[in-house]
Amino acid sequence: MIRHSSKQVSPELFEWLESSSWDGDRTTGKRVSFWGDVWRRFWENKGAVIGLIIVLLVGIMALLGPAISPHTYYEQRLEHTNEAPSWQFWFGTDDLGRDLWTRTWYGAGVSLQIALLAALIDLILGVSYGSISGYFGGRLDLVMQRMLEVLYGIPTLIVIILILIVFEPGIVAIALAMSVTGWINMARVVRGQMLTLKTKEFILAASALGASHYRILMKHLFPNAMGPVIVMLMFTIPQAIFFEAFLSFIGLGIRPPEASLGMLVQQGFQVLQFSPIQLIIPATVLGLIMLGFNLLGDGLRDALDPKLRR
Amino acid sequence: MGKYVLQRVIYMVVTLWVIATFTFFLMHTLPGSPLKNEERLSPELQEQILAEYGLDQPLPIQYVQYFKRLLVGDLGISFYYDGRKVTDLIAGGFPVSAHIGLQAILIGVLVGVPLGCIAALRRGTAVDNAATLVAILGVSVPSFVLAALLSYYVGVVWGILPAGLWGSWKHSILPSLSLSVLVIAQMARFIRTEMLEVLGQDYIKTAKAKGLSQSVVVMRHALRNSLIPAITILGPLMINILTGSLVVEHIFAIPGMGEMFVQSIVVNDYTGIMGVTLFYSLLIIIVIFVIDILYGLIDPRIRIAGVKE
Repeated sequence: MIRHSSKQVSPELFEWLESSSWDGDRTTGKRVSFWGDVWRRFWENKGAVIGLIIVLLVGIMALLGPAISPHTYYEQRLEHTNEAPSWQFWFGTDDLGRDLWTRTWYGAGVSLQIALLAALIDLILGVSYGSISGYFGGRLDLVMQRMLEVLYGIPTLIVIILILIVFEPGIVAIALAMSVTGWINMARVVRGQMLTLKTKEFILAASALGASHYRILMKHLFPNAMGPVIVMLMFTIPQAIFFEAFLSFIGLGIRPPEASLGMLVQQGFQVLQFSPIQLIIPATVLGLIMLGFNLLGDGLRDALDPKLRR
Repeated sequence: MGKYVLQRVIYMVVTLWVIATFTFFLMHTLPGSPLKNEERLSPELQEQILAEYGLDQPLPIQYVQYFKRLLVGDLGISFYYDGRKVTDLIAGGFPVSAHIGLQAILIGVLVGVPLGCIAALRRGTAVDNAATLVAILGVSVPSFVLAALLSYYVGVVWGILPAGLWGSWKHSILPSLSLSVLVIAQMARFIRTEMLEVLGQDYIKTAKAKGLSQSVVVMRHALRNSLIPAITILGPLMINILTGSLVVEHIFAIPGMGEMFVQSIVVNDYTGIMGVTLFYSLLIIIVIFVIDILYGLIDPRIRIAGVKE
């Protein structure tokens, strides 16, 4: 250290610097946000991109497919039953002469609607329950957890079947039946996130600055807990599509003349002996949707949390 | 550990009670009547039959009666299969379902574990990609689609194996195979991840540095340590198989418990539905409980974490 014991501190000892020469601690280059990083990792993952493309394609076809065909999904032409694919009927016809192209895409739309609705209900219930339980903690958390523990043991499928025996199956009824136990997993994930996040310094800082519970939850906790929630949702969707197909197969799904992928697979199974195409087409679309969402879910999980790469 | 087990048992009992109550009240809001040929029976006769099954009593009394019977393991008499006890029906169907299910798990583990292992050891190669593809396809193709295709092509068109029904051991191959694909896929995925994790550990380096051969390192150190966490996915897998068996048994016309459950749903057999529901729930709850305890016994680190929670 240089000592200036004899001299007084005077302005000459100091030297003016250009402001640009002392920003050595500044970040140079483009700043990468968390979501920007996620985005990049997602696009680097071939499987994830393929999954996204499949999901988008099937989604677009579910929206446009029925419209670009001249037929409706319910119109019966008894002179054209069980036909093979042709210029008139692109995917052939079923045993009542209904156009399978229209029915397949219409059914895919119904299956997707059920899955998205179920996922949405799971999201709302699970996030509310999980965040209240995890954030406020204490005795409330204890009681809420005990309840969850009991509900967690209930086998999902059994409950879905029981509910659909009693209530008329439709898009809403099926989605609701799936959500009866579906939200529990979401609540567990969200609670876990809340428990770890709420002890972090930035939450302490926010509450020290007088932020309300509402603001802390909305501004600080939810955005940070979003990753695992999105991943969870992505895996809920294929599972819901599988359940819907499964229910249709045992006669508890969507009722004719409506269509869903599960019902089409089931009807295809009935005529498998002489017209296997009627099973193969809807089964392929069903498989593709499940594959797409599984790949997408995997990709998002890896992108959101590279440490968890599984 | 004792305290943990006790706590879990209490939860199991409460869960079962919730399921039983839920089932009971739901069944009583069911549309339709449990009586066969209702229109042909005179009102007096209908009343007599309902009284015989205790269905003329007010709901709370029926509820108490129901629980009294449950406690002694009496699930009542099937409304559909004339006069047969539900417990007898379950006892008849369960061994068949268990046979198919356990065989499916066996096939799944025997194929899935080596597949995952090879994928991890040959990471990033064509073999790994192929294994990953198999795993993701296996998760995406529903077991009943597979069952329908197998039954038709292998059973009917090529005539290699029976396309359905139950009899010799040959009849169980196709159903088990269709159920096992999901097990293969999930096992392979899980083992691959675990193996990659374990292979990066220091003790694997030590083992290699000691001059142990590749096969000893893989078999004795890597695989063993990857297999322990695999126990945890056995629970969910068994539930999946149980779910799948409902439809797969239906497709192959196998007289198992799944087919019986689907039948009782179709014919509105109250007691049948309630009985099988409770049995399934009990089965699933016990399986998950046993697996958790087993895992705690094998891996002491989990036990401590479990108790803390």
